[in-house]
Amino acid sequence: MPLIDIKDVSRRFGGLAAVSHVNLSIDQGEIHCLIGPNGAGKSTLFKLIIGVYEPSAGTILFDNADITRERPYARVQRGMSIKMQAPSVFKELPVWQNLDIALQQQRSGDDLVMERQRLLELLDLAVHDDKLAGALAHGQQQWLEIGMALALRPRLLLLDEPTAGMSPEETHRTGELIKSLNRDGMTVIVVEHDMAFIRQIAQRVTVLHLGQIFADGTLEQVVSDPRVEEIYLGKAHHV
Amino acid sequence: MLSLVNGPQTSGNGRGFWLAFLAVLTVALIYPVFADSYDVGNFSYFLIWIFMALGLSLIWGYGGMLTFGQTFFFGIAGYGYGVLAIVLGGSTTTIAALILSVLVAVLAAAVLGYFMIWGRISGMFFGIVTLAATLSLAFFLGQTAGPEWHIGEARLNGFNGMKGMDPLTVGDIYIEGTILYYVLIALIVAVYLGLRMLVNSRIGNVIVAIREDPQRAEMLGYDVRKYQLLTFCIGSGLAGLSGALYTSWGQFITPSSIGLPAAAMPIIWVAFSGRSDLTATLVGSFLLLFGFQTITIYSQQAALVLMGALLLGTVMVMPQGFIFGVAQIASRRWRRLAGRDSAGDGPLRDGET
Repeated sequence: MPLIDIKDVSRRFGGLAAVSHVNLSIDQGEIHCLIGPNGAGKSTLFKLIIGVYEPSAGTILFDNADITRERPYARVQRGMSIKMQAPSVFKELPVWQNLDIALQQQRSGDDLVMERQRLLELLDLAVHDDKLAGALAHGQQQWLEIGMALALRPRLLLLDEPTAGMSPEETHRTGELIKSLNRDGMTVIVVEHDMAFIRQIAQRVTVLHLGQIFADGTLEQVVSDPRVEEIYLGKAHHV
Repeated sequence: MLSLVNGPQTSGNGRGFWLAFLAVLTVALIYPVFADSYDVGNFSYFLIWIFMALGLSLIWGYGGMLTFGQTFFFGIAGYGYGVLAIVLGGSTTTIAALILSVLVAVLAAAVLGYFMIWGRISGMFFGIVTLAATLSLAFFLGQTAGPEWHIGEARLNGFNGMKGMDPLTVGDIYIEGTILYYVLIALIVAVYLGLRMLVNSRIGNVIVAIREDPQRAEMLGYDVRKYQLLTFCIGSGLAGLSGALYTSWGQFITPSSIGLPAAAMPIIWVAFSGRSDLTATLVGSFLLLFGFQTITIYSQQAALVLMGALLLGTVMVMPQGFIFGVAQIASRRWRRLAGRDSAGDGPLRDGET
């Protein structure tokens, strides 16, 4: 049974169809990657799933419940969580407080403190816990935001370009983290450009182009499609 | 107990701060013993406005919503107290008039706030709408001079304002003079500690998160609108408390206490003091009110010009607030000094207060 079921969803901005008649089902426990060239509609589709945008047409089901008109906070309370494309942390607040604001949704007291410490160590931010989030390096802000998303213990984790600004080593660690979360049952949808990273984590890949689904399948199926290479990867890009 | 009022959203969380707090409170409590009744009455007047300043600190400094509506709610509760004190018959019913008038201000904040917040009005437009509401109320009350403008026995009286209501009364005891002073001290301590508990609680965490990034806060599962409305209602209710106490103190209220010059004052107090800190707001607002009153004796125009200059100077030199900035510098120096005395050089980490 799909955890998230996107049915014939479109989103227009004036005359521009950013997302057009997209149908996509993602099963519980899947790591699903969305790829496509800039302007393909990947981030718009993410914002439609989390509720930042309402679809111009179509329906979105989460765990079989119609969430098409629900506000983002209600979707998060249902079990979604997102890391946005640009780092979106509370820059004037310390790192530990950023995590607490997320953690306090489900935890309190010693339980919250222990989970905060676990996340700080997992994210390699323990020595920076008193720093203002805005003073962290770009990659560390990405980690912090991933930590805030994880603090909600989501069933569906949406990661929009999670490794942007990270070193190859940090990128690899992020991939291992995602796989480990997935082994524990978390469904993950990732928008990414880094093909090595996608190769590391993807179980299924959907290619978006001009707001529509262009190809869908395993990574091998997708990259062996010559049309995909043409529109997205380029002849010189080896995948 | 201290853990409830201490936290990341307030400066002054150490034992030294609370000892200083107790010392200041002790001085405030024994002040009427040594001061003459005129000075005690004047101090009561300054203290009345503190609630409005603390409310603005909560809405603007912690919640990130710049409102010019503090005197709108001040006026609603001030006139509300006047009307209710007259209509209910005065005497002990003035206590009910005080409570009801503050509740009316909170209700008005809930209605105005609902339409603004659910209507996605934010940023400078929040300030513009609240200013428009404030000016409309002042203008409306200014044209109520005719005899047809009355509620029961209570005449609104246009620009001349309402008068003839009883001060707060319990039995045969009027709450004025020294008694009012002590009531105000007790209320300020309760409101100050209550707000510290609020901003350092889980709700306070969400309030400042929304100030920093409302979309991120919503993506963590918080209905941002409800928290903003709660913040707006509490802060506006405190302005209402100032209004009702003001009417009780002077037994009059006029539309000029609502209009533009009056509406700008709390902005100046809080901006000068340090809007994102309750203690700086409390101390700074009191000092400004005291200074303003002192200068007004010689020249009201000079006092107004000084207020404007202070606002400009604060924005340009210490945008986080003059009192807050000075307190931070003093705190750092003190800690550095203490560090040298006890454990050698102990560099301070950023953000320590």
